Amino acid sequence: MLEIKNLHARVADEGTEILKGVDLTVKDGEVAAIMGPNGSGKSTLSYILAGRDDYEVTEGDILYNGESILEMDPAERAASGVFLAFQYPLEIPGVATMTFLKTAMNAQRKARGEAELMTPDFMRRVKAAAAELKIDAEMLKRPLNVGFSGGEKKRAEILQMALLEPKLCVMDETDSGLDIDALKIVADGVNALRSETRSFLVITHYQRLLDYIVPDTVHVLYKGRIIKSGDKDLALQLENEGYGQIIGEAA
Amino acid sequence: MSVTELRPRTPADTALVSLAEAAGSGEDARRAAIEALRREGLPHRRIEAWHYTDLRNLMGRRLGGNQLIEAVAAREFPQTGTVLAPLVAGSTVVDLDAPERASAPQGVTIAATDDLADWHESPNHLDRPVDTVRLVSAAFGARAATITVAGKAELAAPIELRGGIGAPSHSAVRVSVGDGATATFVERVEGGGSPAPSSAVSHLSIGDGAEVLWVIDQAKDEGAAHLGQLNVSVGANATFKLFLLNAGGQLVRQEVHAVTAGEGSEIIMRGVNLLEKDQHVDVTTTLRHTHPNTTATETFRNVLMGGHGVFQGMIKVSREAQKTDAKMACNTLLLSEDGDFSAKPELEIFADDVQCGHGATAGEINQDHLFYLMSRGIPAPQAKALLVKAFVDEMVEELEIDAALGEALTGKIDAWLEQSH
Ligand SMILES: Nc1ncnc2c1ncn2[C@@H]1O[C@H](COP(=O)(O)OP(=O)(O)OP(=O)(O)O)[C@@H](O)[C@H]1O
Ligand SMILES: [Mg+2]
Repeated sequence: MLEIKNLHARVADEGTEILKGVDLTVKDGEVAAIMGPNGSGKSTLSYILAGRDDYEVTEGDILYNGESILEMDPAERAASGVFLAFQYPLEIPGVATMTFLKTAMNAQRKARGEAELMTPDFMRRVKAAAAELKIDAEMLKRPLNVGFSGGEKKRAEILQMALLEPKLCVMDETDSGLDIDALKIVADGVNALRSETRSFLVITHYQRLLDYIVPDTVHVLYKGRIIKSGDKDLALQLENEGYGQIIGEAA
Repeated sequence: MSVTELRPRTPADTALVSLAEAAGSGEDARRAAIEALRREGLPHRRIEAWHYTDLRNLMGRRLGGNQLIEAVAAREFPQTGTVLAPLVAGSTVVDLDAPERASAPQGVTIAATDDLADWHESPNHLDRPVDTVRLVSAAFGARAATITVAGKAELAAPIELRGGIGAPSHSAVRVSVGDGATATFVERVEGGGSPAPSSAVSHLSIGDGAEVLWVIDQAKDEGAAHLGQLNVSVGANATFKLFLLNAGGQLVRQEVHAVTAGEGSEIIMRGVNLLEKDQHVDVTTTLRHTHPNTTATETFRNVLMGGHGVFQGMIKVSREAQKTDAKMACNTLLLSEDGDFSAKPELEIFADDVQCGHGATAGEINQDHLFYLMSRGIPAPQAKALLVKAFVDEMVEELEIDAALGEALTGKIDAWLEQSH
C-alpha cells in the first residue's frame, strides 16, 4: 500500500528540515500506529502524504501502490484514495457542509470515471453515515466545521472519511478532543471500515485509542526519523515507560 | 467664489456640457444646472471626495475626440432591444421615464413630477459645495418620479425601478415609505454602451417602524459609465437594509448617504463588487448617526480579477447620538495581480458612549482553506471557485432576505464568477 523511503522534507519557505530520513512500509489492510513526542514530525508527515505544498521533499520518495505520488497535487492524491483526518480541522465560513460533501464525493467519482451521485442517493449515504457516528443532522446544515466543538470537528472528519471511502486513511490525533463515548463511537466507525484493501496510519499519543483500534504495527517517530518499530505491545511499553528509554537506545 | 472660475476647462468638461445641452435644454432650473456644470466642471483628485475616482481624468479618456463628436451627432443613443425580465417574478415594474404607466399595487401611489435633483445640497461633506452626481442628473434633465407607500402597507412583491434601460439615461426617484410599512425596492441599472455617463439619483424616506430593503443591481454593459446616488433617511425604530451589487460597467460610482431620523433606527448594508480588467468601480458611503440608540453594520466584499476598486466609507456620530453601535468592513479578494483596491474607512465621533469600528482587509485565497478542500479531492479551480463564492454569498445570507430574491442575487453573482474564470 504505502512505502516511505528515506524521506527528507523541510519547510518550503524557511528551509528548516523536519523529516530526516523516514522509512516506513504499510501493507494492504494493515493498521500502523505512529507515536512520538510533541514536535517530532508526525503531523508534518501526514501533511506531506496529503500533498501540502508548504513542505518540500528534498530526498527520498513516497510510493503508493508502487508509484510515486510526489508529483500529484492534493486533489489527485485524494481521488486516488489518500485521506487525511486533520489534527486541527479547518473552519470554512460560507461553504455549506452538504455542498462541500457532495462536491468532494462527486469530484472524486468524476476523477475515477464514475457516474456522479444523484441528490437522493447522496442524502441517503450522508444520513446513514451520520447516524452511525451519532452526528446530529442539524450540525450538517451549518457551514463547514464552523462553530463545531473540538470533538464534533473530529467526528465530522471521520464522517468525511466514511463517505469518501479512501484506501489509505491517515488519522492525525483523531482521539484528542473526543470524550470517552465519542472515542468508542469513532473507533467503531474506523473498525467498520477496516478491510484487506484499506490501510490506516493512526497517529496518537495514547494507548486508549489503540485499545479500541488494535494496531498491527507501532512505530516511534522522533526528531524526524522512525527510531523503533514493533507490534501492539510497543505502545503498551511506551504507556508504562515513556519515551526516555527508547530514545536512549536509539542515540 | 473666484477660485472656481480659474479652474481650467478640459475637453471632458466641455464634452459633458455639450452632451447635456444636446440632450435638450428647456426651463430655467435645467439651464442653471448646465451653467453650474460648465462653471464647476468635473471633480478631480484634489477634491477629497473624488480623490480615488478622478472623474475629470477618467471621463476625459471616454469623452475625448471622435467618440464625443459621434455621440453628440447621434444625439439619441441606440437602445438595446432586449426586454428585461424582472429580477424577481411578480415584481411591480416602474419605468422611471414613464412612471404613470406603472400599475401600482394597493397602498402605493406612483406619479411623475418636474423636479430635478437638488445639487446645491451636498450630502458628502468632502465633496464640493455642489453635488456632482446630482448636478449631472439635473443638467441632463432627469425628473423625479415619486412613489409613496402608505403607512402599515405590507408589499408582497418588490417594486422594480428602471431608468431608461438601454440608452445612457438619467433617472431620479423620490420614495417615501409610511410608518410601519414593509417594502422592497430593486433598482436595475443596466445597458448603456455610450461614452456619456448615465445617472440615477434616489431619495428614500423611511417612516417610523417601517422596514425597507433596497437592492441596487448594477450590471451595465462593458463600456458604460454610471453615476448613482441613494439618499436615505431612516425613521425611529425603522430598519433600512441595502444590498448593492456591482457586476458591470467600465466607470461606476455609487454613493449611498444614509442618516438616522429617529431613535432606535437600524441600518444594515451589504455589498459585493465584482471587478474585471479595465473597470473602475467606486462605492462611497456616508452614515450619519444623529439620534441615540441607533445601529449600523456595513460590509462590502470585493473580488478582483483586475481593474481598480474604491471603497470610501464614512461613519459620523453626532454628539447627541449616544449608544450608537456602528461597524464597517471592507474585504477584498485579489485573484489577479492586475487588480488593485483602495479602501478608505473613516470614523468621526462626537458622542462619548458609542461602539464604532472599522476594518479593511485585502488578500489572496486562504491557502489553508484551499488545501483542506483539495485534500478531499476537489480540484484546485473548483475549490477556488467554492471559496470565492462563499466569500461573497455571505453578504446575501447575512441580510436574511426573501429566498427568491436571495437566489436571484446569488444567481447573478454565480453567473459573473463562472464567466470570468
Ligand atoms: N510550517 C512550519 N513552519 C515552521 N516550523 C514548522 C512548520 N511545520 C512544522 N514545523 C515544526 O516542525 C516540527 C514538527 O511539527 P509537527 O507538527 O509535525 O509535530 P507533531 O509530531 O505532529 O507534534 P504534536 O504531537 O504536538 O502534534 C515542530 O517543531 C514544528 O514547530
Ligand atoms: Mg501533530
